[in-house]
Amino acid sequence: MKVEQISVFLENKAGRLAEVTRILGEAGINIRALSLADTTDFGILRLIVDQYDRAREVLKAQSFTVGKTEVVAVEVPDRPGGLASVLQVLAKAGVNVEYMYAFVQHSGKNAVIIFRFDNLEDAISILQKEGVHIYKGEEVYRL
Amino acid sequence: MIRDVFFETMPREDLAALQLRRLKAVVERVYHLVPFYRRRMDELKFKPEHLRTLDDLRLLPFTTKQDLRDNYPFDMFAVPMDQVVRIHASSGTTGKPTPVAYTQRDLDNWAELMARTLAAAGVHRGDIVHNAYGYGLFTGGLGFHYGAERLGAAVIPVSGGQTRRQVMLLQDFSPTVLTCTPSFALYVAEVAQEMGVDFKNLKLRVGVFGAEPWTQAMRDEIENRLNLDAMDIYGLSEIIGPGVSVECIEAKKGLHLFEDHFLPEIVDPATLQPLPPGETGELVITTITKEAMPLLRYRTRDITSLNCAPCACGRTIARMSRLQGRSDDMLIIRGVNVFPSQIEAVLMETPGVAPHYQLIVDREGQLDTLEVQVEVDEAAFSDEVKQLQALAQNLQKQIKDYLTVSVKVKLVEPRTIPRSEGKAKRVIDRRQLLEEKP
Repeated sequence: MKVEQISVFLENKAGRLAEVTRILGEAGINIRALSLADTTDFGILRLIVDQYDRAREVLKAQSFTVGKTEVVAVEVPDRPGGLASVLQVLAKAGVNVEYMYAFVQHSGKNAVIIFRFDNLEDAISILQKEGVHIYKGEEVYRL
Repeated sequence: MIRDVFFETMPREDLAALQLRRLKAVVERVYHLVPFYRRRMDELKFKPEHLRTLDDLRLLPFTTKQDLRDNYPFDMFAVPMDQVVRIHASSGTTGKPTPVAYTQRDLDNWAELMARTLAAAGVHRGDIVHNAYGYGLFTGGLGFHYGAERLGAAVIPVSGGQTRRQVMLLQDFSPTVLTCTPSFALYVAEVAQEMGVDFKNLKLRVGVFGAEPWTQAMRDEIENRLNLDAMDIYGLSEIIGPGVSVECIEAKKGLHLFEDHFLPEIVDPATLQPLPPGETGELVITTITKEAMPLLRYRTRDITSLNCAPCACGRTIARMSRLQGRSDDMLIIRGVNVFPSQIEAVLMETPGVAPHYQLIVDREGQLDTLEVQVEVDEAAFSDEVKQLQALAQNLQKQIKDYLTVSVKVKLVEPRTIPRSEGKAKRVIDRRQLLEEKP
């Protein structure tokens, strides 16, 4: 039920993001989703890729600091109030969302949102109890 | 003016005789009273009676900051604690301060030397001295304080900080003399300008500036902006504090070193061999009147040269050139001594931080800034911004607690800090404080 996300530490300098995407591209790794959190000094690039282990290997070989985080890919109805209905479930249960970002493409007529929770297991069981669809890792990497 | 005509204008051969007499006495004392010096002299097979001429000074052991650290806290003292009346301290190289002690007679000498210093810089009875050197363990504040009182001037013990309030006092109390670090003087000028205060309407006549290196260009700027004579002084707590040497207002050409208390040498910092007169090298000082903590051949690490020709002011004592650098990696940030090893010690204690760091020293406006670049490795990395920011803030706080200097910690990618063969380039100083060599 969990998805492996790779995160990369980037200094706020021109060309760093281009460098990461170039390295992944040359290794034949496809980026499925991404988000960039930035501050004045540094940024954190978060990626869902089709080959996690390979991506980690090639980035580390180029001296990038990389981390692994487990996140959840949630199917959200693509209609007004769709995301709100999912977030409401979580809010009621007191689950805190650390961050979230949207997937690049749709799965059928629904959107896919990547969530990072402080308590992953609780969040998964709450969502499942409420009938919210959560993607398996292999599904996500192939979307 | 010259406060002590007898000692400051003494014929050099008389001065040499006085120095030899005082040197013999101090060597005799430390040989018997300080185990560290006894060991060093025994190792060199040197006995106090081997000292016959001033040239024999080179037979004596050197003293380094490391020696002071090894004898922390009080093992360098040459008197029992019931003779000590004051203890100051300077920053050490890895966090522990270096304590220095004074007997009552040391304090009297120090006040007298600071009175001489202020007199040479053009200060006199009737002046009001705004003393913005820090009061506390640092020798600057109290050194100037007692010197100004000894001279008969009125002291305002402002200490550092609260710059806007300082500008108010400069207006309302009409001091004629400002004493602080040169960078603080320029900062005061900036704040005063923001407050709409024109220095032409103030009574300031003389500024006595030290505790950090500064250039002739900075002097010109201070003199123009603050509308006063900016005088350079030199001192270090290990030797006594401020009061080792000072420029005279008459010539402003080199800093007169009070040779009746301090015996200077210039040595090659690599070979430690004494250099001929006039050559540039590391200043080494032997204290010849200190009671509580006399030091033999203390390596100041400051690079300068000595000129023994008489000065236009009439003084015969040697003049040091403006400082030309350091023979170690010490930085002076807003008047505080900072060694890269101190910052390294903080980083080493913090889990998850790679020991690769670089210090970027710069000057924003008139204030020194210190940026500590730290590489983030996988152990410290988090995909959450707030965690990384907390890491940087925690390091900033620890360094501030340790060094008393505010720094900015910047997290950088691994391998961005250059690794060089041999000595790592730990410090990039963009301030260009030292004069270009001609």
